[in-house]
Amino acid sequence: MKSGSNLERVIASGKPAVTAELGPPMSADGHEVRKKAGLLKGFCDAANVTDCQTAVVRISSIAAAAIALQEGLEPVMQMTCRDRNRIAMQADLLGGAALGLKNCLCIAGDHQSFSAAGRLKGHPGAKNVYDVDTCQLVGILKKMRDEGKQEGGDPLEAAPKFFIGASWTPMADPVDFRPVNLMKKVNAGADFIQTQGIYDIEGFRSQMEKIRKMGLHERTAILGGIIVPKSAMMLKYMDSSVAGVSVPKSLIDRMNKAKAAAGEDKKKARELQEQEGIKITIELIHQVLETPGVKGVHIQAIEWESAIEGIVKAAGLYPRPTFD
Amino acid sequence: MIVGSQKPIEEIWEMVRDFKKVLVFGCNTCVAICHAGGEKEAETIASLIRMRAQQEGKEMVVDHLGVMRHCEPEYFDPVMDEVRKYDLILSTACGVGVNFLSDRTGSVPVYPGINTSFYGAVEAPGSFVELCAGCGNCILHMTGGICPIARCSKTLMNGPCGGTNDGKCEVSKDIDCAWYLIVERMKQLGTLEKLSEVLPPRNWSTSRDGGPRRVSLEHIRAYEAQEGQDSGTAGGMK
Repeated sequence: MKSGSNLERVIASGKPAVTAELGPPMSADGHEVRKKAGLLKGFCDAANVTDCQTAVVRISSIAAAAIALQEGLEPVMQMTCRDRNRIAMQADLLGGAALGLKNCLCIAGDHQSFSAAGRLKGHPGAKNVYDVDTCQLVGILKKMRDEGKQEGGDPLEAAPKFFIGASWTPMADPVDFRPVNLMKKVNAGADFIQTQGIYDIEGFRSQMEKIRKMGLHERTAILGGIIVPKSAMMLKYMDSSVAGVSVPKSLIDRMNKAKAAAGEDKKKARELQEQEGIKITIELIHQVLETPGVKGVHIQAIEWESAIEGIVKAAGLYPRPTFD
Repeated sequence: MIVGSQKPIEEIWEMVRDFKKVLVFGCNTCVAICHAGGEKEAETIASLIRMRAQQEGKEMVVDHLGVMRHCEPEYFDPVMDEVRKYDLILSTACGVGVNFLSDRTGSVPVYPGINTSFYGAVEAPGSFVELCAGCGNCILHMTGGICPIARCSKTLMNGPCGGTNDGKCEVSKDIDCAWYLIVERMKQLGTLEKLSEVLPPRNWSTSRDGGPRRVSLEHIRAYEAQEGQDSGTAGGMK
């Protein structure tokens, strides 16, 4: 075991892994984190605690991850390259490990101009850091863990033992370079990979075929990303505006049909779309898990953590494995 | 070249309004090419200030002048006696020129008349594009001649992030994704396999992060000293 994390153990057991996502609040109130952790606990092997996602200030990933851990939910702390230089990154990694965190996902981070896709003010005038990029951050974690050394070479008395993750957008431009992109992250030391949300299963499978030919599926655990759709509008937005996400027309049609079935009743329209969204999610989970080379799913129910229990149970992924 | 852009006249007015004798001092190299701060633009800015002063009933002498460069003393030394007679020099050179001149004007302040934007090229008449960040350690041979530091919004070194959409950056549909361009260019050059290697964390001390930089050519300095012509052109004031 590299880290001994629950996620690492599930993956090592050969059973399909399930990760979920916990978005910290824009608030100094930790109860929201505890509430969300309570909704996810027992229904996933670990939950990603996002690091100021969409470039909006929230409770830090490390603090929220430590709270989740107190609640008995194994967290995956996230670290973007946007907000810290290598000194702050390594200091936070040591701190995270000292708090008992065992998984870390390395990501570039949304650009500071993102501001929740323009829905919030955010901090578009912030200075970004990008002292290192994702591949380099993965390499830093590996060096700290396996060699007991800081990036600069100074020794660490106790090395932080993280299970190292990275993200992968299989179908973003330039599509034919994406497998190389994944290879670099794996070569740098990524133990697990969580992909961008997959709706276009054929596109994903064609990329996975390349990954298998490169043997990458044996060197890292690929968890296919599933973003739970809430409405026809959300699917259309993701199809048109989210990089690397294309949504087949058939799925958008299904959601439109669910919406139309409610007539003028807006509350019912929402409920019917949510029900259809969960059905679609369960189908996608099965299709992703049936894809050779995939070791699990990363289910993102954005600001809808309460949906995870039902999804995981209906997908036949409950109970989750436990270890002594 | 260094590309600059004009400041709003309102901002300029706030800088100059309390001075009696102002010289708008143009620089006729880089910033003249990009129509921001050459002698012609200095003349226009001077007229705008005069008009504004008249509107506000302020008595103010506003003249303009231009030299070839503000970043080498030999170009402005001949006019310095004249220049020092003003209360304020509004330099429309780039930030280099403003700094360099300011070190040499004694009690007369030098204010910036333009914004210094970037190191760039003339893409088309009236269109300028940033292509270099002056990071001090060039890697263009490894990235198909396209700089990820100047042209990627996240200065990524090992390939694109997940935000590339139709070849554009996640920041804006008007920005090309540098890594999309790098991949396509290296495919064309047949050198794509070079991108398989993970580039380690960079040493940014050659960039701005190492503090103000200086290039010192000892052989040139030695020669100049020998000739007794040391003109002090290799950096700031000694």
